[in-house]
Amino acid sequence: MFIINCPFCGEREQSEFKAGGEAHIERPRQPTELSDDEWAEYLFMRKNIKGIQFERWNHIHGCRKWFNMVRDTSNDEIKAIYKMGEKPPVK
Amino acid sequence: MSKNLRVKTSKFIDETYRVSFKFNGTKYFGYKGDTLASALLANDIHLVGRSFKYHRPRGIMTSGSEEPNAIVQLHNNSDRTEPNVRATEVEIYEGLEASSQNCWPSVNFDIGGINNLLSPLLPAGFYYKTFMWPASFWEKYEYFIRKSAGLGKSPTTPDPDIYEHEYIHCDVLIVGAGISGIMAAKTAAKNGLKTLLVDEKPNLGGSTVYQNSEHFKINNQNSGSWLEKEINEIKKIDNLDIRIRTSVAAFHGYNFLLARENLTDHLPIEKRKNKTRQKLLKIRAKKVITATGSLERPLIFDNNDRPGILLSSAIKRYADLFGVACGEKNIFLTNNDSAYETAISLIQKGIKVEAIVDNREEIESKLLYEVEKNNIKVFKGFTIVNTNGYKKINKVSLMKLSKDGQKVIGSKINLSCDCLGVSGGWTPAVHLFTQSGGKLKFREEDQVFIPNKYSSEQISIGACNGDLTLEDIIENTPKYLKEFLNVKKTDYDNVEVFSSENKSKRNIWLLPSDKILGKTKSFVDYQNDATAKDIKLALREGFRSIEHVKRYTTTGMGTDQGKLGNMHALGIISETAGTKMGEHGTTTFRPPYTPLTFGTIVGRNVGEYFDVFRRTPMHEWHQKNKAEFENVGQWKRAWYYPKNNENMFEAVQRESKAARESAGILDASTLGKIDIQGTDASEFLNRVYTNAWSKLAVGKCRYGLMLNEDGMVYDDGVTTRLGENHYIMTTTTGGAANVLGKLEDYLQTEWPELDVYLTSVTDHFATISVCGPNSKKIISNVIPDLDLSDENFPHMSFKNTKIGKINCRIMRISFTGEHSYEINIQANYANSVWEKCMEIGKDFNITPYGTETMHLLRAEKGFIIVGQDTDATMTPIDLQMDWIVSKKKYDFIGKRSLYRSDTIKDDRKQLVGLLTDNPNEILEEGAQIVADVNKSPIEMLGHVTSSYYSPNLKKSIALGVVRGGKNMMGKKLIIPMENKTINVTVADPVFLDKENKRLNA
Ligand SMILES: [Zn+2]
Repeated sequence: MFIINCPFCGEREQSEFKAGGEAHIERPRQPTELSDDEWAEYLFMRKNIKGIQFERWNHIHGCRKWFNMVRDTSNDEIKAIYKMGEKPPVK
Repeated sequence: MSKNLRVKTSKFIDETYRVSFKFNGTKYFGYKGDTLASALLANDIHLVGRSFKYHRPRGIMTSGSEEPNAIVQLHNNSDRTEPNVRATEVEIYEGLEASSQNCWPSVNFDIGGINNLLSPLLPAGFYYKTFMWPASFWEKYEYFIRKSAGLGKSPTTPDPDIYEHEYIHCDVLIVGAGISGIMAAKTAAKNGLKTLLVDEKPNLGGSTVYQNSEHFKINNQNSGSWLEKEINEIKKIDNLDIRIRTSVAAFHGYNFLLARENLTDHLPIEKRKNKTRQKLLKIRAKKVITATGSLERPLIFDNNDRPGILLSSAIKRYADLFGVACGEKNIFLTNNDSAYETAISLIQKGIKVEAIVDNREEIESKLLYEVEKNNIKVFKGFTIVNTNGYKKINKVSLMKLSKDGQKVIGSKINLSCDCLGVSGGWTPAVHLFTQSGGKLKFREEDQVFIPNKYSSEQISIGACNGDLTLEDIIENTPKYLKEFLNVKKTDYDNVEVFSSENKSKRNIWLLPSDKILGKTKSFVDYQNDATAKDIKLALREGFRSIEHVKRYTTTGMGTDQGKLGNMHALGIISETAGTKMGEHGTTTFRPPYTPLTFGTIVGRNVGEYFDVFRRTPMHEWHQKNKAEFENVGQWKRAWYYPKNNENMFEAVQRESKAARESAGILDASTLGKIDIQGTDASEFLNRVYTNAWSKLAVGKCRYGLMLNEDGMVYDDGVTTRLGENHYIMTTTTGGAANVLGKLEDYLQTEWPELDVYLTSVTDHFATISVCGPNSKKIISNVIPDLDLSDENFPHMSFKNTKIGKINCRIMRISFTGEHSYEINIQANYANSVWEKCMEIGKDFNITPYGTETMHLLRAEKGFIIVGQDTDATMTPIDLQMDWIVSKKKYDFIGKRSLYRSDTIKDDRKQLVGLLTDNPNEILEEGAQIVADVNKSPIEMLGHVTSSYYSPNLKKSIALGVVRGGKNMMGKKLIIPMENKTINVTVADPVFLDKENKRLNA
């Protein structure tokens, strides 16, 4: 179980949080302009890599805020945590 | 009759405190401090169980948690019975009752033993190969497999004991209180760190504390006495928490560990009352020091599993710690110095050692000289090729090993004995280290895996780190501790150590035999009866990965997870495959290290505390009025209110009729309620619902459908505009939390520019729904000041009003199709309003109805229930609800998905009404719908989602989803059931009052 440093509350147990899938996938501003394939790309395609992954997390049993996390999925090391709308601090 | 093999007093045993216990129904005596295993051995009992597959007689093999054979059932047929307990870990107490497992009818005469004679028919993968074919025979096989296999019996009555969970946060956790763990604990604690030391055994000090040999000295004292002083010192340190009888089960990431602390298992049953039996410790440690020691390896040779064959180190422990001789005529088979330690210990106590068979040819060892001085024959360069004795070993046969160790040569020598100690060297206990995500490396010299890369703030020290001799431990441990704990010195920086042990070892994974391998039974996994032959067979059949070989042969898959034989399995695989050890890696060690009881895992969360549940303010009223409840999400909802012995069907028929004929009342408090405020609230609703919201006037209500981005229906409910920038949204009972979460997600991540605030008010307001043709009369008496005329208060509108002095919101909305009102009132006043409605409604036969009647009434109207008629594959178009999907809006969640190539197909499953040809026949929900039963295979068109007998229409009605159902109006379909087929006709899903006349009746 990780310890997650919520940008609003500080360090808390993982059990207070909910994972929300891959980060930095923006909802298209004009969905009607998209082809089926383009829409499907947004809707279904998600990375699942062994290594550095950019993820969304929600402090669901705390402040309820969403934020981003950079995590190494091979050893669960959390490389960075940053707020929604911010640029990832690591590559 | 049984002998007394207690040969020596021991300070670890209280010989003034005699304890009686029963094993397989016979009464025996032991002493306080004994384990079940040591007490049995003192009574000369070795045979304690039968093996899993061949039902071979098996005896006690070890003295610890790694025990594969001596697993017993405690207190059979009582509410405290527990299977699969290791006799080597059970501390005896007055009244203990233990019995053998996996043998029927008794351990001495076991019918399953016939498998032993049939063993050529039971090779590796036997279960896979045999019982797979023909598949239809499985039912017959299963009965016999279950009867003759199986490890112990689970209890059938509730557990009478109490269990707890405890959270511990510490600076340093030390796992294992052997010599290196004690050194670590003292160093950490004396440097002011909040330290926790745990050990699975009842006493501290590991295997060093009972070491009283002249051959192992620390600071000129024998190592046992030296360690005892250290133990006495650390017991006085305040910031050191010591937990004995505590076994770490799991080592997770971020130094989160789970341990089980045993508090009462060693006490007589009558002294356990009202005490916590076991605690699950949830430990979060800044730093972890693993000091779990090592496990002695057995050796693999023909018939190496007989009762009376033990690990050499176990024989030593039984002699030194418990004062028990495992035999009167002991022989050892070894490939290293450890067996000599044991032999010397036995000689000191006057226990006869017959001979030592050593695989090594040339041995330079002080321990060997000492043994030879005592005129004990040492067979150098020899091995054991066979053993005799069915229920206990009585003879061994030795032969000389060839130079390369691959063959045996010369003639056979037979020696009689009653106990054989084996020592194949030591395996560092790296289980917890690997659980934590650590990576191992292989050390060639002595063929062991040791920690290489750590995944968190932790180290391994002592034997589990590959420091297998006293010298290495004393020399290396202080260095590791100083660096890891960041301290300048330890109490052990200048300790002098003396040891006679020589590190030399001749490692042969599978000892050769004069017989061909196919004729031998050389056990690698004792508990699961996997032999060397099985492993070689698996390789011949093409298995290469250690994980596959493991599953095919079941090696390492017992309750002991193969703690003894896994290394040999790896060794035999790499020898046979011609690969280097270490290339295969090891199999994964999974938590728990030793089995946990369910009680420990669950803790106090049993019975009514198993899961939280939520009650509405009217819950007690429902109870008083004999409601049956159903679980909806975490809510307890009134399901129906049986009267005069009515069954559910009868009650629901009565309630449904009353609601349509006069008045019904429903507790709808569980519906999710989300308060939405902000200048962009209307725009927000436009984006999350399929229909348009901007033009909804203040004071009006509207039904909304919410989709997922994939176009599938997610939730529904009525939302009311309370003010210019203020709405209240209702959601389904089960969906409330998820809907709020989803809306928050969009607000925070996609549309942060919107000025909208969401607050859950589900618990703050209770909702009372009154419906039926007389509802208006009732409400006009409950709230006399409110003008209920259709002009002032039309359908789909709301009013702020007061009941007495209490503010409330009244919506005129309907889920039944009847004229109806929903009173939303602050929760703590709700019950009094409910009772007022009941009182006033008496004259109109107001009838409380539950969720079942609500479902029936809405089905008559063809209203869907999200989650019952939908299953995350239904679009609004599939539901024939095109009317609610705005064509004008540019975008809303899920809109683009409604015209993907897949969602516009005509033959999707679509919601339809179903009428049975026989109006009294009620369909089963979930039943399959087909068109042609003669086709093979029958094509499934869909299934029934809702089905009821309608008392108002006097016929059976149902909703279902059918492939292409929209265009099947009037078509005949078939519902095939187990014993019959039911004919149905596709119909309009709105069965009653299609013109909605009743709403304003
Ligand atoms: Zn937070």
